[in-house]
Amino acid sequence: MPSSDWEIVIGMEVHVQPKTRSKMFCGCAVAPLNAPPNTYTCPVCLGLPGVLPTINEAAVEAVLKSALALNCEIPRHTKFDRKNYMYPDLPKGYQISQYDLPMSVNGFIEVGGRRVRIRRVHLEEDTGRLVHAGDKLHRAWESYVDLNRAGVPLMEIVSEPDIGSADEAREYAMELRSVLRTIGASEADMEKGQLRAEPNISIRRAGEQDLGVKTELKNINSFRALHRAISYEVDRQIQVRESGGEIVQETRGWSEDENRTFSQRSKEFAEDYRYFPEPDLPPLEIDRVWIENVRRGLPELPAIRRARLAQSLPAALAAAIGGDRDLADLFDATVTRGAAAVATANWIVNEVAPTGKLPSSENLAELVGLVESGKITRDQGREALMESVETGRTPAEIVAEHGYAQVSDESELRLVAQAVIDANPKAVEDYRAGKKQALAVLIKDLRARAPQANPKVASELLRKMLA
Amino acid sequence: MTSDDLTQLTIREALRLLRLGSISSADLVTAHVDRIERLDPKVKAYLRFTPELWEKQADEADRKIRRGEGGPLAGIPLAVKDVLCVRGVETTAGSKILQGFKPPYTATAVDRLFDAGAVMLGVTNCDEFAMGSSTENSGYFPTHNPWDLGRVPGGSSGGSAAAVAAGEAMIALGTDTGGSIRQPASLCGVVGMKPTYGRVSRYGLIAFASSLDQIGPFTRSVDDAAIVLSLMSGLDPLDATSSDRPGMEVLNNFDRGVKGMRLGVPREYTEVEGIEPGVKAAIDAALFILQKAGAELVDVSLPHTDYGLAAYYIIAPAECSSNLARFDGVRYGLSEEDAPNITEQYSRVRRKGFGTEVRRRVMLGTYALSSGYYDAYYLKAQKVRTLIKRDFDEAFKTCDAIVSATSPTVAFPLGAKTQNPLSMYLCDVLTLGGNLAGLPGISVPCGTSEGLPVGLQVLAPQWGENVALRVARAYEEASEIRAEVADVA
Repeated sequence: MPSSDWEIVIGMEVHVQPKTRSKMFCGCAVAPLNAPPNTYTCPVCLGLPGVLPTINEAAVEAVLKSALALNCEIPRHTKFDRKNYMYPDLPKGYQISQYDLPMSVNGFIEVGGRRVRIRRVHLEEDTGRLVHAGDKLHRAWESYVDLNRAGVPLMEIVSEPDIGSADEAREYAMELRSVLRTIGASEADMEKGQLRAEPNISIRRAGEQDLGVKTELKNINSFRALHRAISYEVDRQIQVRESGGEIVQETRGWSEDENRTFSQRSKEFAEDYRYFPEPDLPPLEIDRVWIENVRRGLPELPAIRRARLAQSLPAALAAAIGGDRDLADLFDATVTRGAAAVATANWIVNEVAPTGKLPSSENLAELVGLVESGKITRDQGREALMESVETGRTPAEIVAEHGYAQVSDESELRLVAQAVIDANPKAVEDYRAGKKQALAVLIKDLRARAPQANPKVASELLRKMLA
Repeated sequence: MTSDDLTQLTIREALRLLRLGSISSADLVTAHVDRIERLDPKVKAYLRFTPELWEKQADEADRKIRRGEGGPLAGIPLAVKDVLCVRGVETTAGSKILQGFKPPYTATAVDRLFDAGAVMLGVTNCDEFAMGSSTENSGYFPTHNPWDLGRVPGGSSGGSAAAVAAGEAMIALGTDTGGSIRQPASLCGVVGMKPTYGRVSRYGLIAFASSLDQIGPFTRSVDDAAIVLSLMSGLDPLDATSSDRPGMEVLNNFDRGVKGMRLGVPREYTEVEGIEPGVKAAIDAALFILQKAGAELVDVSLPHTDYGLAAYYIIAPAECSSNLARFDGVRYGLSEEDAPNITEQYSRVRRKGFGTEVRRRVMLGTYALSSGYYDAYYLKAQKVRTLIKRDFDEAFKTCDAIVSATSPTVAFPLGAKTQNPLSMYLCDVLTLGGNLAGLPGISVPCGTSEGLPVGLQVLAPQWGENVALRVARAYEEASEIRAEVADVA
């Protein structure tokens, strides 16, 4: 049976590190990447005897923001639970998480015109990190524990199995990142481990009602890896089923080097986490007024912004700008100052975004005006923009200082054109012999001698003089 | 006044002499240390002593008293149960698994008493992780009852109760999860108080069962207990379950007497299985004295009492199974160098470090929380807990406080109950309801049975420490029974 008859069903668990200064249940600062081991720890996150957790309000607020941006309901009562299992990266022998009363439920997010339902968003703490001497855990002769990450806040966003392909899964994760960045809830940088996606994948024959047996993928640390891992896993499952085999419910790791998934842990021996309410923390009653204040404070979300941008811009430009809050803000502010929408968008996408350095909207609007009105060339504009970003001076000042101006008068350009023709006898000969591309050499030389020359007028003039 | 007389004083009396300059804190400490050297080899109330602390703190107290800046407990000798962390002092929860552990922080309750000027003498023995009712489950050695060295002091805070009863400390701190302050106070003939859950910060208390544990004082008078409790109470930002109610409110009107108060006598408590006739007689006599002092006795009922023990022995082990998971030999305490893998390391360390009772409760609790059993055990127990709370709410509609025996028996011989855990569990049958409901309770000496102390328990509504103290104080005054220092023989 061809694989097109298989339906792919994917649900996603995404762990996101909310942007907070301190850890979830103690005053320790969140460790920067590559901090020396165990330097960002205290008796609470080390799990010493007798210490107690206290709740980080900033983390609660970050989840609240995210949940509202994902259209979730916020139940009146929520609480923390203990998830019990012993492992050296878990200093207390349990993780404080949320089990049956998560902070938020029943949301959704639009991805490529399709609605992916969000089952829940909850708050928990991260574990520490183990470093094994030797290549594999079971062969390690020594293991080291780094508890810098232990107790760092994590929010877990769980979707319903509404995702139907690797493309959609990647889009979903990217859209989540875009939303979380826009609302300032997280940097959501996958490479830094601030966003970790774990897809649950199953397949079923088209028309079947029951879901197939699922596998869960881990160790995915980029959007590209997410796409490749899901594609591989879907193909693997189809192959197993088509050759008459059964899918085993298990956790599988993604190996970037080998470009394949591999079995990590069978769910037949699933841990019993013995969840029970965390007695060290009182139940959390989320204040309704707080919720409404957070809701009112949310910025325009990416989907809405994209829809609005699409009214004045071609789709590709709207998507490119709408996905990044800083670029979109710059666009809006620049256009508000009277700059042309499409020209501004092109400047932002082609010139501003790649440098990662943003000009002020005043300066960008002024620059777009100078180029669009033909006062300076695009090349001069690029120079002026770069210098403006570096120095903070206005493009008009820079243009005046450098004497940038676009010369479109043929009589003024004729002298330069003649010099170019005299200096490039070979190209002139080629051109006259019918090699039209030789003109490019001449134009290049002309622009080097006279950067202010209007490129269109200059090439017309050259053509006329060579005719 | 001889040196030994100084160990017989109440805190109030000692504070007066200190302020008058008749004695110094150094004198008090010397008197106690002398007595400890003489008696503690027999009583074995202490696990460790803290001479660096007592020298420094007594010296500071004396200097401050001379300048008129002494705190409300300046110079008063204090003993601390081995479950309360004190910075730099080995703290082991009575367990081998924590041997050598010196916490880098001090429990908030202890810290507040240090701020008030108390002088720490040492660390007292207890049942391992506060699990037990006789202090025989200590990972080190049993403590003996100062009134009869062949008998237990009760538990789990047996070392603290014995220290105060033997004149080896003026204040001792204990913790009470199912009766671990009130029951040993009763068996040793001293005052012991468990506050409302949330009254005293649990920060720095090595947890047994987090939703039940509370820290409280042992003293030789109700006034002393009230002062000490008021000083350790109040909001602590390090404990999310601590209340912001002012600590001083425990003293409100607590010296007004019982005239006009209604005291509930629950029939389920008076007729509890296994109550000794001598205990019953002592309690009846106490009730009569309270009545004569102006209180009205009313019959009340706590109909779910029978289920309390079962619920308690699900909830407490469930929480302990999780709380004790951190003792894995990886970061502190006992460790194991040669285990071939991590699972084996866990089993070896925990088998070597934990005693029988602790292992039993960890297993009970793990079982009760396991998937498939959770609803039948843990959830059911929580429902019973709610019913027990409701029982008390109902009872307090018709009375101001509830009075009963603290323990159905007087101190029993060492070894009498170690072979039968269930008989040991029954020691707490009259006290653990107060923990399940989070209520304040006090045990105050009320005479003897067969020559051994009997304790009267007063339970009050939530945040009603002042009510419990008021009844206990009125009884103490009317009965003229004072907690005495035992002549350890």
